[in-house]
Amino acid sequence: MKPLMSYLPKDFSYDFIRARSIAFLFSATLIIGSIVSLATQGLNFGIDFAGGVLLEARAPAPVDLAPLREKLNNLGVGDVSITTFGNEGRDVMIRVQQQEGGETAQTAALKKVQGVLADGFEMRRTEVVGPKVGSELVINGALAIALALLGIAIYVWFRFEWQFALGALLSLTHDVISIIGIFSIFQIQFDLTSVAAVLTIAGASVNDTVVVYDRVREMLRKYKRLSLPDLLNLSLNKVLSRTLMTNVTMGLGVLALVFIGGPTLQNFSLALLWGVFIGSYSTVYIALPILVYFELRREDLTITQPGVTQAPEYERTGG
Amino acid sequence: MLQYSAQKVGLVLAIVLMGIVFAAPNIATKETLDNLPAWAKGWLKPMQLGLDLQGGSYLLLEVDLAAVNKEQISNMEETVRATLREPRIGFRNLRGSDEGVFVTITDAAQVQQARQAIAKALPDMALSVEEENRIRVQIPDKIKKDRELAALSQSIEIVRRRVDEFGTSEPSIQRQGADRIIVELPGVDDPERIKALIGQTAKLNFHMLEPNAPAVADARNLPPGAMLVPGGKDDPQTYVVRRRVEVSGERLVDAQATFQDGQPVVNFRFDTAGGRRFGQATAANVGQRLAIVLDNQVISAPVIRSPITGGSGIIEGGFTVQGAQDLALLLRAGALPAPLIILEERSVGPGLGADSIEAGEAATVLGSILVVGFMIAAYFTFGVFAVLALVANVVLLFAAMSLIGATLTLPGIAGIVLTLGMSVDGNVLIYERMREEFQNGRTLLSSLTSGFQASFLTILDSNITQFIAGALLFFLGTGPVKGFAVTLVLGLITAVFSSIMITRMLVWFWFRSAKRAELPI
Repeated sequence: MKPLMSYLPKDFSYDFIRARSIAFLFSATLIIGSIVSLATQGLNFGIDFAGGVLLEARAPAPVDLAPLREKLNNLGVGDVSITTFGNEGRDVMIRVQQQEGGETAQTAALKKVQGVLADGFEMRRTEVVGPKVGSELVINGALAIALALLGIAIYVWFRFEWQFALGALLSLTHDVISIIGIFSIFQIQFDLTSVAAVLTIAGASVNDTVVVYDRVREMLRKYKRLSLPDLLNLSLNKVLSRTLMTNVTMGLGVLALVFIGGPTLQNFSLALLWGVFIGSYSTVYIALPILVYFELRREDLTITQPGVTQAPEYERTGG
Repeated sequence: MLQYSAQKVGLVLAIVLMGIVFAAPNIATKETLDNLPAWAKGWLKPMQLGLDLQGGSYLLLEVDLAAVNKEQISNMEETVRATLREPRIGFRNLRGSDEGVFVTITDAAQVQQARQAIAKALPDMALSVEEENRIRVQIPDKIKKDRELAALSQSIEIVRRRVDEFGTSEPSIQRQGADRIIVELPGVDDPERIKALIGQTAKLNFHMLEPNAPAVADARNLPPGAMLVPGGKDDPQTYVVRRRVEVSGERLVDAQATFQDGQPVVNFRFDTAGGRRFGQATAANVGQRLAIVLDNQVISAPVIRSPITGGSGIIEGGFTVQGAQDLALLLRAGALPAPLIILEERSVGPGLGADSIEAGEAATVLGSILVVGFMIAAYFTFGVFAVLALVANVVLLFAAMSLIGATLTLPGIAGIVLTLGMSVDGNVLIYERMREEFQNGRTLLSSLTSGFQASFLTILDSNITQFIAGALLFFLGTGPVKGFAVTLVLGLITAVFSSIMITRMLVWFWFRSAKRAELPI
């Protein structure tokens, strides 16, 4: 028996860059689709951003929704959505829309709903978010994402060249728009945890990009006569085994969360799973082609990285 | 370059050992922790669980500063009225607004005199004379700011006292921004009563009922110096109450719920000055009715049978037992300077918290098994090294979180699971580089060395970029999401340490332990 890794071919030689027009089409569709969906149906904001009241309760026996729904609709608190989930239909989730009349109106609505559930229900979770906090959380979430992208781009600029920074920024923007787009297209609830997922994906995606960029820079110094597209292909093939491995290990962790992480984390984990894929994809088809497009030249490289290609040779000890 | 000096080995082992020590409280029983010597207790403590895991309530309150300002403007208005009335200065159009108090002096010759009188009565205020003999009294910005700040700190203090009186375990009350208070109550899953307690201003004043009240009183036929005050919750009556405050609730030093004739009542005691004033007021008004006004509601209006000179008395307001207890608590803790508005409320019951912990633990275990199994299958011996580094990473992460008192939340657990997957990335980068170099015909030692060297900056760069995203999430996120950011960011730091330092040490030991010429992957 041998380690799995030794079954991998010694050298990969896929022509990634050649497929870039197909990829461009895919990305364009994804981005345009996302933007159209965001513009037309927007995001299905969760309670964090939209405000209102959310209640999770458990009944001693499976719940008959119809009479409960009727009672809730007669409360005069506007749109009430009620669903059962898990636990043989004993768990109900009730969401009441944002109330007119400021902060105190939300608390009043909570009281009314709790009144309906008074008999026998175990309150598992109550959340009340007023209009003020809701709009602040939206701003903070958007700010966090924007600043993260900017901060990462500045760091990459500082460590590499401006073309790399631009490539990283564009591929990150691509990832962020497409992930938010997925939330919009499928109308998956978008809340604070989703913002965390978006930022985690941004982090993982740029991680992948930086690894490849590092190799590109090294190759630029090593192979002076290779054309840029060939060189990018070579770099990608060199790190391909690592990309596969890391995606598998991260994917395994995320899969564990998807399947047994509980309902609270379900959307978060699904978003991450998509993020693992899109992060690697955007490295290959956004971050690298940008370098070709903006005509990165060897002379642009000003920062020297010590001791990478000139690692001192050691004699085999013992042997 | 691969060599590890004895000192370095010692350092790495010492760090890991410290990690084990600081992480240990998380699996120790409560009994063991309680029996620790006092000096160790400060250092050895388990991670705090977030409210979403242990159950509890989170309340975000806002101090209604607009109400504070409004009240101050209204007080100023009364002062101006009294100041001008005494020297008989004619005035009209006295009104207060957000911009200040305005008054028009009838006789132009008296404007200066009026101005001086007001300046004397309100020394810190900004006065200006505008066109048509109008005087404007404004609160200077600095004083306004100071007062708002004072109102906020006082509110926090009062909220703390009320929550403490309520007797929940380890409540946390913090200031946020210029006008907000965060209250966290572990173990409280239905904050109804606490909300009711926090939501009351509890301003108590003793007035006299107007003896010459008209039979059908409305705002137009009130005697001078009287006002209309509604009755309490179950009292549909409206009372005509003299504006003058005989004794204010600030003079109370104690209040207790007791029983009188089988009815729950609240027993209160004034300080010396308050007791004297209460004695004088009751002595002067025997046979009349007192109005006990709580937050602009008459909760009780007893007839004064004889002067009350002992400085204490009782309020009987048809209370329930809990109602009497709550009122006593509120009176003991003191009145809020301004109403509090609940902006946000999140409560998690203990059942859901326990379920979340269970699901989180299960996902962590499954994630670990999958990642560990895969790494060992992929790399065999070196896979085991990666797993050892991973274990050290998790131990160090737990230790760091326990040491800095970070809070573990449900998304935080997700962060740990994610860290599991991402932290082996460093190992993968190193191993794949080794494989590449070895396949290119380099010697084993050279390949091993190059694996670590070439990957070092890559690992650092890729982790720093993720760190930036995590840090922003920490600063701009709230509650559970903040907990996620903490584990993610700390996990990145420990991952860099373990994949570089620990893996290198293990590989070095492996290389030295026998005559090695082949890379085992």
